[in-house]
Amino acid sequence: MIRMENICKSYRVAKRNAGFKEACRTLFRREYDIVRALDHVSFTIEDGEMIGYIGPNGAGKSSTIKILSGILTPDSGTCVVNGRTPWKDRQNHVRDIGVVFGQRTQLWWDVPVIDSYELLRDIYSIPPEVYHEHLEELTALLNLEELLKTPARQLSLGQRMRCEIAASLLHGPKILFLDEPTIGLDAVSKLAVREFILRQNREHGTTVILTTHDMQDIEALAHRIILIGKGRVLMDGSLDRLRGGGETIDETVAELYRSYDI
Amino acid sequence: MKQSLALYLRYVSIHIKSMMEYKLSFFMTAAGQFLVSFNVFLGMFFLFQRFSTVAGFTYSQVLLCFSIFLMEFSLAECVARGFDTFSVIVRKGEFDRIMVRPRGLIFQVLASRFELTRLGRMLQALVMFWYGVTRSGIHWNGLKVITVVFMLTGGTLMFCGLFLVGAALCFFTLEGLEVMNIFTDGAREFGKYPAGVYGKRILQFCTFIVPYGLVQHYPLLYLLDQKRGIVWVFVPLLACFFLLPCYGLWRLGVRRYQSAGS
Repeated sequence: MIRMENICKSYRVAKRNAGFKEACRTLFRREYDIVRALDHVSFTIEDGEMIGYIGPNGAGKSSTIKILSGILTPDSGTCVVNGRTPWKDRQNHVRDIGVVFGQRTQLWWDVPVIDSYELLRDIYSIPPEVYHEHLEELTALLNLEELLKTPARQLSLGQRMRCEIAASLLHGPKILFLDEPTIGLDAVSKLAVREFILRQNREHGTTVILTTHDMQDIEALAHRIILIGKGRVLMDGSLDRLRGGGETIDETVAELYRSYDI
Repeated sequence: MKQSLALYLRYVSIHIKSMMEYKLSFFMTAAGQFLVSFNVFLGMFFLFQRFSTVAGFTYSQVLLCFSIFLMEFSLAECVARGFDTFSVIVRKGEFDRIMVRPRGLIFQVLASRFELTRLGRMLQALVMFWYGVTRSGIHWNGLKVITVVFMLTGGTLMFCGLFLVGAALCFFTLEGLEVMNIFTDGAREFGKYPAGVYGKRILQFCTFIVPYGLVQHYPLLYLLDQKRGIVWVFVPLLACFFLLPCYGLWRLGVRRYQSAGS
């Protein structure tokens, strides 16, 4: 179970106007803006839920994920994931979670994918029989057979994403964070990834938290959406409740953004 | 501990596999490293053609001092390269990935880079060391051999400490700081001569602030029988205490970490 209560996080952002003269000036005198990335964010997520965490760019989605995964320490508020505070008990916490950052790779660029997996096996100290069981299952479901012996740099984006997702699930995490998992994928790969995530949730009861700008992802996967804008939780509920019927999901969400003025 | 070592070796094996993908680049870099240091060696050779001693040290004695110092530096650079290039790790978001793995942060940063090409420099140092040992007229005995081993240990750890400080500063600036190179690459240059030749103030700095002197000046005098007493054998190990404040600064930095946006 994930419980977040009144989490606040602000960043200091250096600002300056364009131009060379300005750049020189700020070398000596810097001005900072305080940006409130998260402003009293609270929500609770039960085990086995599939959450779509949506909001416009810069709304605070990544910050939330980073706090939940123990990367960032918030300024104030409490957050408990499976009974632990992520940033205080980082090592034990991260054993239970899997994280996929769509824009960044966790595979070693120059060696075959299987080498990266074996390193992960050792990092997480996964027992050999569990590792083989997971690897076999993931290979079959994500169709990785051909890819495992290829260096990551030679994979196409869609192939790499499938390998990334498998890498994040090798240790059998209870919670899976997906940050734009279908970005840049073609239709076939997208469907395959979605199908796989659904199955993972159904068969292993994995809690999935998904951030994306692709509303079809949300429609296909999320039972519940949390909308965040300007660092605040604006809406928390099921997607069906929002829709009048008839309009597409993109229209619904655009309407939602407009109505909250974010 | 044993498990960490095994895991470290697995990282190393992947680094070597990756390197072998670019064999030519590897050999050219290693050769380059060898030649750069060879230059320094030549420079000293011509200097001593004119002046037979510098502050009472002969050519071969200085060479011995330099070669040991260079070995420490190369070893530290080989192992702790991750800290040396830490600004890249932070900016590319690799550190986020490190934070979501259930292993110590320092361990993972150390394991994330392994610069085998630095062995070119190491080889150069070994050649000089051999020359220095045979020509410097030192009467070797067990204690002196142990002193050299301690010099290597203490010096390598001290350089690792300096790299760690450089890395910790990245948390505050997000950029690598050239200033740190004064203490690492700069030290490699001025460390050619025992710190004592630069005068009393510098020697004090090199004893109490950044302990270069502890790993070259004092033990070298012991090797040359200019200082007597078994206590000098253990002086190089005192340099290990330098790691404590470095570690403190690192901890402080980690708490301040503001991951790069995505």
